[in-house]
Amino acid sequence: MRTSLLRSGVNRGPGLLTYGLLLLLAALSFFPFYWMFVVASNDTSVINDIPPRLVPGDRFMDNIRTVFGNVPFGRALINSAIVATVAAVAQTFFSALAGYSFAKLRFKGRNVLFVIIIATMMVPLQLGVVPQFLLISRLGWVNDLRALIVPATVSAFGVFWMRQAVQAAVPDELIQASKVDGAGTFRTFRSIVLPAVRPQAAVLALFAFMGLWNDFFWPLVVLNRQDSFTVQVALRQVQEQAYVTDYGVQMAGTVVGTVPLFIVFLIFGKQIVGGIMEGAIKG
Amino acid sequence: MMSQHLTDSVGVVRANVEADVPPRTLKQRLRSLAPYAYISPFYIIFFIFGAFPILFTFWIALHDWNPLGEPEFTGTKNFVNLMTDPRFWNATKNTFSIWFISTIPQLLLALGLATLLNHQLLKLKTGFRMIVLSPQITSVLAVGIIFSQLFGRDFGLINTALVEPFGFERIDFQVGTLSSHIAVSTMVMWRWVGYNSLIYLAAMQAIPKSLYECAAIDGANKFRQLVHVTIPQLRSTIIFTVIVSTIGGMQIFAEPLVFSGIGGAQGGNKRQFQTLTMFLYEQGFERFKFGYASAIAWALFLMIVLFALLNYFVTQRISQDEN
Repeated sequence: MRTSLLRSGVNRGPGLLTYGLLLLLAALSFFPFYWMFVVASNDTSVINDIPPRLVPGDRFMDNIRTVFGNVPFGRALINSAIVATVAAVAQTFFSALAGYSFAKLRFKGRNVLFVIIIATMMVPLQLGVVPQFLLISRLGWVNDLRALIVPATVSAFGVFWMRQAVQAAVPDELIQASKVDGAGTFRTFRSIVLPAVRPQAAVLALFAFMGLWNDFFWPLVVLNRQDSFTVQVALRQVQEQAYVTDYGVQMAGTVVGTVPLFIVFLIFGKQIVGGIMEGAIKG
Repeated sequence: MMSQHLTDSVGVVRANVEADVPPRTLKQRLRSLAPYAYISPFYIIFFIFGAFPILFTFWIALHDWNPLGEPEFTGTKNFVNLMTDPRFWNATKNTFSIWFISTIPQLLLALGLATLLNHQLLKLKTGFRMIVLSPQITSVLAVGIIFSQLFGRDFGLINTALVEPFGFERIDFQVGTLSSHIAVSTMVMWRWVGYNSLIYLAAMQAIPKSLYECAAIDGANKFRQLVHVTIPQLRSTIIFTVIVSTIGGMQIFAEPLVFSGIGGAQGGNKRQFQTLTMFLYEQGFERFKFGYASAIAWALFLMIVLFALLNYFVTQRISQDEN
């Protein structure tokens, strides 16, 4: 009796209903992407037909050309790549360094200082935007990528994440041995800790890269010259210029702005999924 | 003299080898400061670009402050004006409405999706997880543009495929208050359901299998197992997601901005979907009233703190009752 109950309740594979619902939700997740490409590759008049055309057309390159003609989109792609890469690398490095310090070094106030960092995660920093903007003006960084990079070089989540990573991946004995060999704390970090936490550091760098690539509010505030635009701000301008008249062009821009992250996601999707789920358990 | 006497003892020698004694030389002292140096970048950058601006926002809110000209101290005037400004209450109402319409179904859907994904013998596990997460890596701008087209009055697919065939007139989603809130909420939901379901899934996998076995023996079916085992076990995770989506939802900006097309931060011609952050942006960076924008920011800040606390207590009370 007991085993049969267990078998029916726990060990049976998922049924058709489960797969059906999952496929439906997967389709709902994916359809807007598909639709983006359909609209981007058609003439707007075709999309406006009734019934509308539901398959991709052949106008994609024309629409792309219009996007690049209206807004310096190539420059925006480069700007976004610079901001996201530089800030992600810096953020990962500083987070690993702080995480190592909290996980393996002993110093006064360690716990309190760590709790303060965790607490800052709950602060809606966007609401300080007016003084943040005044500060950036004072520094002369309006329309300058440094305005986006410098504030993003640290993150509370990053410190939290890397502290867990160091705790899990680096045994205390290794740190001790390095100390006995006469290595200073920084050399221990460079030659022992960093190599050991490389996978978790890579996941953090990916999160940071994606977050910065998709950031919109802050770039919109501090960038108002076209040559300093990031992809998101450029997309907003494409939308404002092509509004109503041309959805094909708007969507073509959207495709260009989304594809780089999509490639990253296709390559590292498994690690990203794993990272989110790991972060959930620890958090 | 004293130290000479003590160096004979083994204990003191050992203590000197270990670095835990109070540092004496300059080098040792610097070394003991190293841990602080390693964590200092966070504190320095966070103070300059995070903590200080939030506090200074309050000071600016006490002034008539614009990019040109000297700031003029006006005391509580901005706050008094704000409390009697219908645009502020309108934006508050819209923000809460969009938050409610997007968050409640979103979290329920995420819970359901996580239950589906939690099957041990599910095939294509990673594939399903990646697909449901993919909306999350899409930028809000892309989401906004795609859904603005889908929700369009004349040519939007939703009207063509889901409204008209059922004999209803085509809906102008932008014009109505509720319909625009539904459109904006759909964008939020689409982007966040998968992410939240992975959070729930991770927590579900940490629930001991024995709890389900006991429930099965007691004759509980799948649904009762979900209600009586899974959800109580997920309590802290659910509270976490509610608080995170509250903090995010209160600051919603990009989706309604893009939905308004060329209309900017006003959120529709009657401000029918202007959120508080849009109102803040409009006053601060379209009209350059820094003082007034700062007052909005502080009001929003207080609302987020209060609402997060309220959420925390309500969710905790509900889950306690369930137990």
